[in-house]
Amino acid sequence: MRLFKVLWRRFSRNRLSLTGAIIVVSLIVVAIFADIISPYDPMAIDVHNVLSPPSRAHPLGTDDLGRDVLSRMLYGSRVSLRVGFVAVGLAMMVGIIIGSIAGFYGGKVDAILMRFVDIMLAFPTFFLILAVIAILEPSIYTIMAVIGFTGWMDVARLVRAEFLTLKERDYVIAARSIGAGNLRIIFKHILPNALSPVFVAATFGVAGAILIESGLSFLGLGVQPPNPSWGNILTSGKDNIEVAWWLSLFPGLAILITVLSYNLVGEGLRDALDPRLWETER
Amino acid sequence: MLSYISKRLLMMVPLIFGITLITFSVIHLAPGGPVEVETEMQLKASAQARENLKRLYGLDRPLHIQYIEWLERFVRLDFGRSFVDGREVIKKIAERIPITLTINILSIMLILLIAIPIGVLSATKQYSLFDKLSTVFVFVGFSTPTFWLALLLMILFGVNMGILPISGMQSIDVSEMGPVDRLLDWIKHLILPVGISAFGGIAGLSRYSRSSMLEVIRQDYIRTARAKGLKESDVIFRHALRNALMPIVTILGLSIPGLIGGGVIFETIFAIPGMGQLFYSSAMARDYPTIMGILVIGAVLTLFGNLLADISYAFVDPRIRRGR
Repeated sequence: MRLFKVLWRRFSRNRLSLTGAIIVVSLIVVAIFADIISPYDPMAIDVHNVLSPPSRAHPLGTDDLGRDVLSRMLYGSRVSLRVGFVAVGLAMMVGIIIGSIAGFYGGKVDAILMRFVDIMLAFPTFFLILAVIAILEPSIYTIMAVIGFTGWMDVARLVRAEFLTLKERDYVIAARSIGAGNLRIIFKHILPNALSPVFVAATFGVAGAILIESGLSFLGLGVQPPNPSWGNILTSGKDNIEVAWWLSLFPGLAILITVLSYNLVGEGLRDALDPRLWETER
Repeated sequence: MLSYISKRLLMMVPLIFGITLITFSVIHLAPGGPVEVETEMQLKASAQARENLKRLYGLDRPLHIQYIEWLERFVRLDFGRSFVDGREVIKKIAERIPITLTINILSIMLILLIAIPIGVLSATKQYSLFDKLSTVFVFVGFSTPTFWLALLLMILFGVNMGILPISGMQSIDVSEMGPVDRLLDWIKHLILPVGISAFGGIAGLSRYSRSSMLEVIRQDYIRTARAKGLKESDVIFRHALRNALMPIVTILGLSIPGLIGGGVIFETIFAIPGMGQLFYSSAMARDYPTIMGILVIGAVLTLFGNLLADISYAFVDPRIRRGR
């Protein structure tokens, strides 16, 4: 708990990161209560109000089917959030498992797993994602899985590097000398100490996953209409580019602010967790 | 140096093998293989027709045999024929590469031209107003969905101001133009795509060159250079910059897959007939031979890009050159 307090004090000293954290928390609240906050039903078609510009009744205008853009964006925030967290959760799991095994056992196991990482890194990620989605049915779950399984490599490298140094520490050797098994050493002794770079990578990962999801939905390969997502609102923005600027401006702004906030939080976390910067504290 | 390069080339062989293996598995282990796609459009296709198709593509044989045969043809750069128009995949890819390459090379040049001065200036004037502004730019740049930026710029320059074309590589009346107008027309069409494709890279590289420069400036030899009374501009440009730029070579190599893959979205938006757009349309049509061809070529190009980066790094850094 004391550690958490120190971390919080270090984190909150960075005003930008603090702002980012506040926005992230508010976005989560908005996503949870989207159905209460939304002024309209996001699916409700209104043929008398097609492509009407922002007004008092529709603060962010309406789309080509007369649906309220604000309500659709509020519901769309749920998509971004779910994809961001689930995809990154998956990537962390795979990355931690592969990184721990490679770092802990070393030798041939390590060499093979790291070549696998190199191979995965050689593919242009977006091509790989697109190929898999083209084969499977495009849906929010496909996207989560695909982003997760193509985004674990950096985590694996980070965890491996931590394991390589941590496994030589005295306390690990001590644990082994009193008969602790490999699994116990990995999970109880090394992993908890290897996690801080993973947290930082996870925060940046959420930002990246939200960007990828919006791009895929924009291309029509993600969340399928009529379900709203920030990316597919932008698609209708592109289709109506000559007449309806509000369809292009607002969803993109929402993506930018969200991704920026996660990036700022990530930056703050990295500084707060960096032990090299700790000494100046006391 | 030569033994270093050949060692690296040798190490690439198992990697390329792995790339083909993963590409093949992704396509063939997924439910609904190639034949399903070709017949799902025609519900009346009989079981016999499906069998014939399978035999035609060799899909009735065991997977490992299919893989080996595919690999044999791949070594000869034969990726088979497209499901969509029956043309050879390698030809379809080859005619797209020049456009993608042109845009990528131009955007890399733009990135270097803009990002390095920004990085150097913010490092030499750390905590100045310029440094703070460029830091803000970097964070916003990292977080901006580029396809959205493309939309906004299309609205601004294409729709509202009407000064830049918003799609394609040439105007409809290009055949009636003289050579100079034709060149101008081409440049006009490239401004937005190249700018958009460089945008993310500028943010990233300026951040990187800033921190690289900051690190170098604190070195002893810079203090020595100052102490012996060199002009500040000599210290920065002759002593610091050269060393600060070395790691940037590596970063450029690492950014290649992003540039190749990132083309999908903006090539689709701007209707540019490059690799990205070809990949997108092939993926939508489930044109498996083309998908596999581009995946493998994209990944192999990435490997060569990394190798090139490592070699040029060894070239500019005498410590590595002599160490081997």
